[in-house]
Order: sequence, then C-alpha cells, then structure tokens
Amino acid sequence: MTGGVREPGERGAAGPSGAGTGSTAREPIVSMRGVSKGFPGVLAVRDASLDILPGEVHALVGENGAGKSTLMKVLAGVYRKDAGRVLYKGREVEIPTPRAAQQLGISIIHQDLSLMPHLTVAQNVFIGRERGGLFNLLVNDRDINRRTQQLLAPLHLKMDPRTSVSSLTVAAQQLVEIARALSFRSEVLIMDEPTAALAEAEIEDLFHIIRRLAGNGVGIVYISHRLHELKQISDRITVMRDGRTIATVPTREASIDRVIRMMVGREIFQASPQVPAGRAPEVVLEARHLRRGNVIKDVSFTLRRGEILGVAGLMGAGRTEVMRAVFGADPLDSGEVFIRGRRVHVKSPRDAVRIGLGYLSEDRKRYGLTLGMDVENNLVLAAFKKFLGLLGWVRRAATRDTAARLVDLLAIKTTGPQQQVKHLSGGNQQKVVVGKWLAADTEILIFDEPTRGIDVGAKSEIYRLMNDLARQGKSIIMISSELPEILRLSHRIVVMSEGRITGELDAAEATEEKIMRYAAVRSGGADPLHAGEGAR
Amino acid sequence: MAAVEIAAGAARKETRLYSAAAQKFLAFGGLIGLVIIFSLASPYFLTFDNIVGILLATTVSGILGLGATFVIITAGIDLSVGTVMTLSAVMMGVLISNWGLPIPVGIVGGMATGALAGLINGVTISKMKVPPFVATLGVMMAAKGLSLVISGSKPIYFTATPAVRGLTMDSLVGGLVPGLDVPNAVFFLFGAAILASLILGKTVLGRYAFAIGSNEEATRLSGVNVDVWKAAVYALCGIFSGLAGVIMGSRLNSAQPALGSGYELDAIAAVVIGGTSLSGGEGTILGTIIGAFVMSVLINGLRILSVPQEWQLVVTGAIVIVAVYADVLRRRRQ
Repeated sequence: MTGGVREPGERGAAGPSGAGTGSTAREPIVSMRGVSKGFPGVLAVRDASLDILPGEVHALVGENGAGKSTLMKVLAGVYRKDAGRVLYKGREVEIPTPRAAQQLGISIIHQDLSLMPHLTVAQNVFIGRERGGLFNLLVNDRDINRRTQQLLAPLHLKMDPRTSVSSLTVAAQQLVEIARALSFRSEVLIMDEPTAALAEAEIEDLFHIIRRLAGNGVGIVYISHRLHELKQISDRITVMRDGRTIATVPTREASIDRVIRMMVGREIFQASPQVPAGRAPEVVLEARHLRRGNVIKDVSFTLRRGEILGVAGLMGAGRTEVMRAVFGADPLDSGEVFIRGRRVHVKSPRDAVRIGLGYLSEDRKRYGLTLGMDVENNLVLAAFKKFLGLLGWVRRAATRDTAARLVDLLAIKTTGPQQQVKHLSGGNQQKVVVGKWLAADTEILIFDEPTRGIDVGAKSEIYRLMNDLARQGKSIIMISSELPEILRLSHRIVVMSEGRITGELDAAEATEEKIMRYAAVRSGGADPLHAGEGAR
Repeated sequence: MAAVEIAAGAARKETRLYSAAAQKFLAFGGLIGLVIIFSLASPYFLTFDNIVGILLATTVSGILGLGATFVIITAGIDLSVGTVMTLSAVMMGVLISNWGLPIPVGIVGGMATGALAGLINGVTISKMKVPPFVATLGVMMAAKGLSLVISGSKPIYFTATPAVRGLTMDSLVGGLVPGLDVPNAVFFLFGAAILASLILGKTVLGRYAFAIGSNEEATRLSGVNVDVWKAAVYALCGIFSGLAGVIMGSRLNSAQPALGSGYELDAIAAVVIGGTSLSGGEGTILGTIIGAFVMSVLINGLRILSVPQEWQLVVTGAIVIVAVYADVLRRRRQ
C-alpha cells in the first residue's frame, strides 16, 4: 500500500457532487445480481440482488438467518459467492479476500467488533498496511500514528492513536473501526448492527458520523434489528427473508409495520404491561444502600412479586454492576439485600442461585451457555443436583423429562434435546438460558439486555415469555438499553446514571423523554470523566 | 459524548499500564530478591566464577525462551524446542565431524534444521489446523527419534575441530580486557535477545504475532495472511532452537543425542515468569530474559546451598505456579 490517506472530506470533491441530497439519477457503486451462497446443509443466500448508491444509507433488514450478514460478507470478500454477479461501478468484479474488497473500496464493520484488543488504535487501523523500511519488513509506527491522528480528526475524536484498544469503551472501539474503514478511502461502508451495543446518546453520535460520511458520497449499508432507527437514519430499506431479497423501498414510503410484515410474514406480539391489580404484592427483593467504589453509589430499590422492573440508563451507568453485585458475582463495599424481608448475604453466584436468583447475562454465549453441549444438558446444568442419584450418578430419565418439558413450555425451536446449543438461533439460545433458571426453581430473574442481537420475531417471543413468567408470579429485573423495550414490558422503571438511581417511574407515567432526562442527570462539579461534555 | 468516552478510556489505560509495570517489576524484583537471599546465604554466590556459571547456564534456556515467546504471543505453544535443539546439534555434528564440512556450513546447517522443524510445526498448525499442542508434541517426539537414528544413539564429538568449542567457550572480551573472562556464549544470548526484541517490536512479524494472539479471526478479516505469518513465527522459533543447538553442541564439545527433553518446559517457564500471557497478545523479550535468569539463579543458588536436585525441581515448579498466579491476580483486578 502506497500513498497517503485522504481525509473523508477530500472524497467529496472526487465523488459525485450533490450526493446525499436525494438526487435520483445516480449510478450505483455496487450492484449485486442474483447472488447465491450456500453452506453445507443450508442455502444462506439465494438469488439476492442489491444496489448501493453513492451517498445513500441503505438499510438491510430481516430476521436472524435471513441472510443479511452472509450477503454482506460475500460483498466484503469474507465468503465467495456460489453464483451471481457483483458489479463495482458497472464493472464485474471478483472479491476473493477481505483485502481485495478493501482495495476496491468496500469496507465492513462486523457485528462482533473485529479489533485486536491488545494492539493500539493506530496498529488496529493500519493492520496489514504498517510496513516500511528494510525490505518492507519493518513497521512504521510513527507514520501510522500520524495518519491515524489525521483520520480521527474529522470524526472529532480526541484519542491518542497509541491507546490500547482494550482500554476503550465499545462505542469508542466502533469509531476505531470506522476510522479503519475510512483509511481505505472506502466508497462503500457496510455496518452490521453497529448500534447493538450502544446506548441512545452514543447512537446519536454514530448517526451524526454516518450522515456526514453519506454526505461525502459514501454508500452505506446499515444492518439493524432496531427498526425504529431505520426511520431516523436510512434512505432506502431492503428486506431479506429466507436468503432472498424481498423488496427495496424508500424509507419515507415504508411504515415500520409494513417492513416487519415483509420480514416475518406474521403478526408480532405487543405486550401491554398490566399493572397488577388490587393490593400491592409482597416485596420479594429489596436492596438498601448498595455501594461499591465509584461504580455503585448508594443504590436502593425494591422488586415485587410478579413484577417486571425495568432498569434504564446509558451505557456505563452502573446497571449491570448493581445487578451483578446483587447476584454475588462482584463484591460490595456496603449495603444490605433482603429476600422476602429476610436479610441475606450473597457472597457468590452459588449463594444467589440457592436463594432463588437467576442472572441472564447480556453475553449469553460467554456466560449463559455451554455452547458445545446439547440443549438437554444446558437446561439442567444449574439444577444438576436435583438429577443426581446414588454416588453422583446422573438420572438420565429425569433430565430428559425436564428438558422435554422446558423445550415444550418455552417453545424452543430445536431438532431435539440432543442438538448442540451453538446451532440454535440467538432467540432460542436465550430461551435455553431462561429454561435453565426455571429448572433450578428460580423465583427472581435478572435479565441483562435480554434481546441484544435477537431478531424481531424472536424478540417478540422473548417478550411474551417474560410477560408470562411475570404473570405466573416470577419477579423480573430487566436491564435494557432499548427504551421501547423498557416501556413496553416494565411495570415500573428505575433509571440509573453514574452509579446512582436518578429516577423511578410507573409504567403509566413513563415516556422516552422522561427516562432520557433522568438518564442524563449528572452529579455536577468537576468530574474529569465528563470534562468533554460541554464541548458538544 | 465521544470525548467523554475517550477520557474514560484514558483513565482506565493508566491503571492498566500501572499494573502491567507492576507485573514486570514483580519478576525483576523476584530476581533481585533471589540474588540478595542467595548472596547472603553463601559467600560463594556472588563470585565471578559463579556469576559466569549462571550466565552460561542461562544461554540455552534463554535462547529457547526467545523463540517460545513469539509462539506464546500468538496464543500457541511449542513443545518441540528442546528436542529440535538436540536434532540441530546432531546435524551440526554430522556435517562437521562425520562429513568433514567447514564449521560455518555446520552452524548454518544446524540452524537450518531448526528452521525446517519449526516450519513443519507452522504448516501443520496453520494449514492442517492441527492444534499447536499436538503438532509440536509430534515434532518433539519425531525430532528426538531422528537425533538418535542419525547419531546412532552415540554422542558426536568435535574433538577434531577445536574451533567449535572455541566459538562459545573462548572469551573475546577476556582477550580485550584481561581478567574479564566471560565466554562468548553469554554474548550470543544477549545478541539473540536484542535481535528478538527488534523483530518483536519493529517488524511486521512481531506485529502480526501480537495481532494473531489478540484476535486471530479479526486479523484474518483485516486481510493479513494469518496462515503464512503463523508458520513464520514457528519457523522463527525453530531458528532460535537451532541456534540453541549450535551453542549447546559447542559448549559440550559434542552433540549429545539423548539430551534436550525437558528444555522446552524450562523455556516455557521462563516466558511465563516473564509475564507473557499464555492466552496470547501480550509479552516481552525482556520479561523472558528476566524469567530465564530467575530460573537459573534459583537452580544455581539451591545447588550452592546443597539442596538435592530433586528438590530443586519441586521449588522451580512452585515458582512457575506462583508467577502465573500473580499474573492471574493482576488480570482479575482489571
């Protein structure tokens, strides 16, 4: 790779003028025609076609397994297509490797961030292109640091290129990926669920950057499960289902309902939170004055039987930290926890499970499931003791019955209890985690971002499930960064900011605006972490 | 908002750097501590002869550790470095003593043997997708067998070519500064360490080793030919094993086909004590050198204190576990 990196602004001059203003007579940068891609046993993409115009934000939606990511990975050189044609600026091209795609001007930001956490920002941005000096075998860190600085400037990022990526927040890491895409002078930028791990305020920042890139003529493909975002950010929407591209519609002519219908071809569950009628049920969990360092600052809350308590707040507000502490996964400095009025000392998750708490981590693959094991074993794992006979012999008949009952109860879509969990879809994996806690007779379930990375259809099933669980008398704490989800499901909402609970709302009075106002409450004073806040 | 995030990131970075420095200080502090304890316990410990003895004892395991550092940074492991070292020494013996070829040819041949074995490791791992543990275990056994076959299970002596021994056991420094008779072998170690440090810090090979260990799939998706670079890392490790074999042969004035097993564990222990993470992505050459010295100072000191050899092993094993546990504690605190 020779030649310097152009700032994105320069491309505006080189690219089609007036891009992004919605002119219609634009030649597509990329045209995919009749593309198919299969894997052993499954045809992931069949006969899909897609045009990407310069300066447009093109949303690609569909349920999990609809083929969105596969189609885009074909375009980005990760997979090779089995059939069909890809035209780049009217010329047919083959894209055998990620590097080939990057050199054409196609960059992808993968769903799970694909950064090297131990390397610095600059080393990540220029990975594969850091060579110089002796026989091109040396790395030129000074040069890539300087060029990274130039890339970050137009993104309004004050970040030292020598910062290790592992020390950055998810939002900042995403921006590093964008900087990397820009470094290739990409004309097509594919973003696979860029907002899945971001809070509302961070999403606003990201949208700002996306709009500016589009304004400079970059064609952007935006894959998302958050349909309400599409209205905000996209110009056109292409819907995929079962590997096919169903339709492409201009965003302003498409209603969300219509998009959803095209995606799933069925109606979606709309939970209406029912405030339990009559007298208030008993308090099953009460936390008083929980504290830990700077992270949890005097947090108190209650949870009633049959209630869904929504916990809202921005990323880093301390929501997960509080719940992990309640669950015994992290230590507390001080504070008291009561279960049904009785003081309990939860020193470890083991203690928590024993008193009937279950925690469903946001990262279910890492913390919630043993992916290589089958559905049955995952379901009975937390309650294994119940299934032990003489000398620790596992009573297979009992585990089989329990597993079958839970598969049935939760409507887990699986080929059978012997299917490996890693082959299930995200929604069904989540159900297995729920089932695991149900098998252990858990009364209080803590859901941390229960629908992250789950498609619309499965989301609605998870909502229905949570709703049913609450109605059956289970008590649920739900941490979520998706306000519609919080509003739709919660009976009561607490909002956190900077380790404190800054507001509590009843379902009836809660609105997105009110929640956001509480979520933005700052402790004031010269908090160095927020010195940059005024700048924006 | 972005500015906020970055500020938060920077704050966290400071604590990380602090604790990373703490880990290095720990290994170095441990080394100093050992030196102080042993020098108090025995007046012989800090004599010139004993120090030279420690330095000499560190050369082979230190150089093996250098190669192992690269492999472990990629989140791999190489169990074959010990027996590949032996095979390299045997090949050098065959070339020089049996075939009567010039000494430089023998040296290059020995190192090339190591490189080839490393390359076989690398290709088996990257192209055939055999897990590193198994691939290098196989090469470890094969190299041991080949050493015995080629040498007929008998040592090959370099008595006809005294220059071979002179290569490491003469003292260039002693010639320049009378009285300072430090054998050349010691300078091979430090030379190799500096070279390794440059490769790790300044070349693409080093950069990709970190990248692969940090997130192999992401590195692949970034357009880096991961298979080729991984194979290159194992080949480089093999070259260091070859160099260790040459030095070993020179020091013993013979190629001993039965020697070599167990050295891979000393090398890995040195790397781990030096703070290189077995899960990949992190590590330094300086740390490995410190780790190698911790091991050899410990063994030397215990020997001076007349601790039986069997117990020396027990103590060394305990030290390895303590070092890794310290690293685990550090990570948990993050």
